[in-house]
Amino acid sequence: MEATRDGFGKAIVELAKKDKNIIALSASVGDSTRAEKVKAILPQQYVECGIAEQNMIGVSAGLALAGKIPFPSSFCSFLPGRCYDQIRQSVCYANLNVKLVATHAGLTVGMDGATHQMMEDLAMMRALPNMTIIVPADSLEAEKATLAAASFKGPIYMRLGREETPIFTDGKFQIGKSNTLREGKDATIIACGLMVHYSLLAADELKKEGIDVRVINMHTIKPIDKDAIIKAAKETRAIVTAEEHQITGGLGGAVAEVLSENNPAKMRRVGMQDRFGESGKPIDLLKKYGLTQKEIMEAVKSLL
Amino acid sequence: MDDSQQKKHAKNIRINIIKMLTKSKSGHTGGSLGMADVFTSLYFHALDANYYTENPDRDRFILSNGHICPVWYATLAEKGLIKEEELLTLRQINSRLQGHPVNHDLKWAELPTGSLGQGVCAATGLALGYKLDGKKSRVYVGLGDGEMQEGSVWEALMFAAQKRLDNLTAFVDRNFVQQAGNTEDMIGLEPLKDKIKAFGWNVIEADGHDFEKINKAFDDAKKIKEKPTFIIFRTHIGQGVSFVLDNYKWHGVAPSEEQAAAAIKELM
Repeated sequence: MEATRDGFGKAIVELAKKDKNIIALSASVGDSTRAEKVKAILPQQYVECGIAEQNMIGVSAGLALAGKIPFPSSFCSFLPGRCYDQIRQSVCYANLNVKLVATHAGLTVGMDGATHQMMEDLAMMRALPNMTIIVPADSLEAEKATLAAASFKGPIYMRLGREETPIFTDGKFQIGKSNTLREGKDATIIACGLMVHYSLLAADELKKEGIDVRVINMHTIKPIDKDAIIKAAKETRAIVTAEEHQITGGLGGAVAEVLSENNPAKMRRVGMQDRFGESGKPIDLLKKYGLTQKEIMEAVKSLL
Repeated sequence: MDDSQQKKHAKNIRINIIKMLTKSKSGHTGGSLGMADVFTSLYFHALDANYYTENPDRDRFILSNGHICPVWYATLAEKGLIKEEELLTLRQINSRLQGHPVNHDLKWAELPTGSLGQGVCAATGLALGYKLDGKKSRVYVGLGDGEMQEGSVWEALMFAAQKRLDNLTAFVDRNFVQQAGNTEDMIGLEPLKDKIKAFGWNVIEADGHDFEKINKAFDDAKKIKEKPTFIIFRTHIGQGVSFVLDNYKWHGVAPSEEQAAAAIKELM
């Protein structure tokens, strides 16, 4: 068990050691985002910005202009929540080499409550031209994604979680290329982030009931792996998406767009149902708001 | 460069501002005319010769209040960096001279500006990047005074002072005018000098229409160590054209053909 933010922490240190142009930035939460790990060994490559996320994005744009590879990080509710305009104009429109790292995403922030439970970020980031969006499913994938982001040219938005979760990916990671974790012919679950784990649990349970489900880890939300989605729609009878995000504008929205334009299919979206969360233990919140294997299984069965 | 030559450049820049805005029938006339003298000094005096090279470590300039880009485009033309006839493509489809600057085809732009309070943040990041690598070049950033009502400007000011970015020169077009009126009637900025000083900057005040003083302000900024420098250029919106002078209603409108003819006559 390890949090995706820890995968980022490991990779950013490795990257910084190899390349002096790698810069980790933080807005006073570097210990939480794990960016501070760079400070301990390479203080020159760590930039503290204070509680000023808008300026941090601008500073990152400027560092990119100076030839650096900046990784600004903060809590997801503030980055991108606080600085959408800066991301739009100074990063995406400018098309600069900035790697945005948003930790503490989604409902599983838990006790801090709804102010800190960002579930609209994918919708905001998906609408931006030039943006590439990655949502790693576990710590190992977060590590690989961070390494891939550093060698990728252009803006990247990476969404990470606070909670420790199981590690189940195999380390294969390519931006824009989804990984099929279970083959199946009855239905397909397309998930990202934390919900990939719950999708695997759902698939295992459904198997016992004789339902053969494919599970796709859609770690890159933009550009989305259209081929894998269309193939799934052709080869299986229904599509269910699962994400720790509002059901509008995120993974479910992206999959629905691909399907409706290319291969209309029966589908359901599991995610936050147009609501705000509340304080509570992550597992209790996931159950209360319907983001577990139970809801995924129900969605699959309702379509077959 | 003596005053008379700078005056000649500023005159040409003002005439081109009138011409391009009249052609585009939209754009920001007042602030553009008001900053012609400062831009002349910036490009014909302050920026290092390396600015005009492909050297990645060159001096850089970011226009944070992107809406006064006509003065900047006209200055680039006066300096021979773009062709004068291209100025007439301002705000037209397929032009690289966008209504607000964009870096895509116009490398001098560095990054897009237009949404206020952002260019100054990027300039601090650029200055920090140079510092980290021990590069000697300077970063310049121009702001509008109304723009200083944006909170992110003050985030950047705190940051630059904390990081001791003495390779950064910021300057403001202090014309006391923003789109809907006088800055002090909206959300007042005074005492501006004291505020910026209190944020840890070296502050210089200068008449933004006196070349000797503008040049000196840019020169003095280069000598300051351990602190970034902020120059408050006292300017007049519409300087050089009597019917635009000090009139906030000229913030975001272009002259008519008749007005343009009168303005150019006055400027000649």
